[in-house]
Amino acid sequence: MIRLEKRPQPSQAWSLATPLVAVLATMIAGGLLFAALGKPPIEAIRTIFWEPLFGEFSFYYRPQLLIKGAPLVLIAIGLSLGFKAGIWNIGAEGQYIMGALTGAGVGLAFYPIEGWYVFPLMILAGAFGGWLWAMIPAILKTRFGTNEILVSLMLVYVAEQLLASMSLGLLKNPEGYGFPGSRNLQQYESAHNAELIANSGLHLGVVAAFIAVIFAYVLLNRHMLGFHIRLTGEAPRAARFAGVNPTRLILFCLGTSGALAGLAGLFEVSGPAGQVSIDFNVGYGFTAIIVAFLGRLHPVGILLAGGLMALTYIGGDIAQSNLGLPSSAIQVFQGMLLFFLLAFDLLTNFRIRLGAPETA
Amino acid sequence: MTDPLLSLSGVTKAYPGVIANDQVSLTIQPGEVHALLGENGAGKSTLVKMIYGLVKPDSGEMKLNGAAFAPAEPRQARADGIAMVFQHFSLFDALNVAENIALGMENPPKMRDLARRIRDVSQTYGLPLDPSRRVGDLSAGERQRVEIIRCLLQDPKLLIMDEPTSVLTPQEVGILFETLRKLRSEGTSILYISHKLEEIRSLCDAATILRLGKNVGSCIPSDTSARDMAEMMVGSALKTPARSTRSFGDSALEVQNLTVSAPSEFGTTLRDISLTLRQGEILGIGGVAGNGQDELLSVLSGELSTSPASVQLNGHSIGHLGPNQRRGLGLLSAPEERLGHAAAPDMSLTENAMLTGAVREKLAQGGFLKWGAARGFAARIIEAFDVRTPGTENAARALSGGNLQKFVIGREVLQNPKVLVVNQPTWGVDAAAAAAIRQSLLDLAAEGAAILCISQDLDELMEISDIFAALNEGRLSPPRETTGLTVEEIGLMMGGAHGMEVAHV
Repeated sequence: MIRLEKRPQPSQAWSLATPLVAVLATMIAGGLLFAALGKPPIEAIRTIFWEPLFGEFSFYYRPQLLIKGAPLVLIAIGLSLGFKAGIWNIGAEGQYIMGALTGAGVGLAFYPIEGWYVFPLMILAGAFGGWLWAMIPAILKTRFGTNEILVSLMLVYVAEQLLASMSLGLLKNPEGYGFPGSRNLQQYESAHNAELIANSGLHLGVVAAFIAVIFAYVLLNRHMLGFHIRLTGEAPRAARFAGVNPTRLILFCLGTSGALAGLAGLFEVSGPAGQVSIDFNVGYGFTAIIVAFLGRLHPVGILLAGGLMALTYIGGDIAQSNLGLPSSAIQVFQGMLLFFLLAFDLLTNFRIRLGAPETA
Repeated sequence: MTDPLLSLSGVTKAYPGVIANDQVSLTIQPGEVHALLGENGAGKSTLVKMIYGLVKPDSGEMKLNGAAFAPAEPRQARADGIAMVFQHFSLFDALNVAENIALGMENPPKMRDLARRIRDVSQTYGLPLDPSRRVGDLSAGERQRVEIIRCLLQDPKLLIMDEPTSVLTPQEVGILFETLRKLRSEGTSILYISHKLEEIRSLCDAATILRLGKNVGSCIPSDTSARDMAEMMVGSALKTPARSTRSFGDSALEVQNLTVSAPSEFGTTLRDISLTLRQGEILGIGGVAGNGQDELLSVLSGELSTSPASVQLNGHSIGHLGPNQRRGLGLLSAPEERLGHAAAPDMSLTENAMLTGAVREKLAQGGFLKWGAARGFAARIIEAFDVRTPGTENAARALSGGNLQKFVIGREVLQNPKVLVVNQPTWGVDAAAAAAIRQSLLDLAAEGAAILCISQDLDELMEISDIFAALNEGRLSPPRETTGLTVEEIGLMMGGAHGMEVAHV
């Protein structure tokens, strides 16, 4: 009989090894899945993990890796702060949309004035939009004890409706021949989040993601606020005893994750996407939840996990077009990654014993 | 001499890294109250778990009524007439007494029949209990009765009781002992685990003493002094905490007409509490668990805020201040629950030193943490309080209860508090560690700190406190000088009549 025995100390080795083991297990189980679908498994795995980085067209895919990875990392870093404290912001997708709307809105309001101040103002507006959207569940939770999971999630759908309404109405391009969608910010120099180095994929959002990683690392390891966040997640009563004000912590965690998601939205709308459109959001806010956990809520882990997730996105696209893999198979593949990670995660705190059960 | 009811010989049980029981022998006669004595970690729990079928011995022999006895699970042990009352109750607050009892039965009878049987048994044995009352509303003593009656309904030949009196008032202890004596006179044997030596002397017929998993002796408790038994348990001469005669300074902590409503459904509302604590003075607050102890600590530590003037430190109103502001002013505290309240279980000792030490030990500067300093502080606590652990980076949950408690108390004592509030400072701690903790409190008071010690261990309170008061249903009795207090007076202060009237049938 197999049973689990709690370790006296969490295992350091396993906490580092589980992401790798999980990726390996995903490759094996994913390979079996692809084989069952009648596709060559090894080729499919190779296409997903190898092709984007070192394949024939990697000069095109590598920049994509940064473009897709940056918003994931930026959002996941914000989410991880709350998740560590047991505050569950599931609505980053909505905050991402709101950041894009408010940021793009400010930019479009200045059109066609060119000025150095336009883009900084857009950044502030983007962060503010996301922050404001996250403050709704935060204030409802602290005032009335509502569940932030439900409220933040439902606000995603409100934000999506708002996005549709904006791209059909207020922000619609007046010179767009009636098509939905705003002016293209890529063609408005002062508001364009251009690549810092041509064809590298490196735009300001990527820089912001790296800064967020460093900021989160310092906060969690060197600052009292980060210590209080971790303490609240591990032992809420001990946190109160240590002087943590739960209300302030909820406001901070939800606010920060909202602001970072809003920033991600702004960098996306003013750069790679270029315009506010009905189908602007592609689920970064939800995928970032997986990234946050895949990275074990650790800033550096999230950086790696964001890269890995971006890789499976791009590799999955290639596998779809080259091998004809169905897109749902790719989604299952990505889901497996989180599943295996959570499963192997158990080994950090438990060890597997074979033998008869015993209560000691 | 009659044949023994239960005999164990050469029973051994090892866990990875520790031998919990090493060649232990024990013989219980029919109708005997047998005490099992030993410090925490001496192997008492493992031994009774083997008898109750929760743990299997590695080697050795157990015999029940002369026949080999090896219960594979508690159900089998119960079928053979062995029942156990655990130290921690396993009852559901939201269900009533009869429902709780039915949950523990293999084939529960109809509720109405069960209620009648509960009433019968409770009257026969002098344990008043109304089967239809909700367990959440019962006192600790009444909850214990539920557990005892649950056992008695099985008609046990051997009743195992693990530290049954730790939650009872002296009067409730009296009632319990009457019940146990009646059971004995009917031929039921009782295996009684405790470290309260005076109780054992008055109740038990024989005693087996364990130390570090081995038999170290047996005695007839009524013929042996408590001190001799304690020294057998500890294995060395006991150090009685030394108290010097002290003079008291000005008022340090003052609580005036404090009323706080219960923070949760099963919490206790504090009603009109007033107390004054002078520098160098130790105030002991007794009372049965669940009468407002946790709430009182929270109000003093700053976890629950009140109107500013109802708590005053050296004349400053602090009722509205949070825990860290109070720490800055010199009011420190150590809650009862070690894991999850006083310390974060999965965090290292360094991080746990940071938990309360940041303000007074200056472990943070401008919000940035000085981990080196925190590690140094943790190391000082480990050194000064003899905390047995491999190092400062060990997780708190890896420490034994006694060692973690020494760490938690040491962490506050070393910060030089002006006022220290502790709740159950030696709960679940072995005798040697408990003596060390009490000594540190006395030393702290001798240096002029005021100490408020909430405890359910009356012996402890009598030993260290200068004045004594009791909490009962959120009310604090008027404080009295400890010297000259009798057990009867203490019992009355604790609300001795609590739940003692015959149940409302």
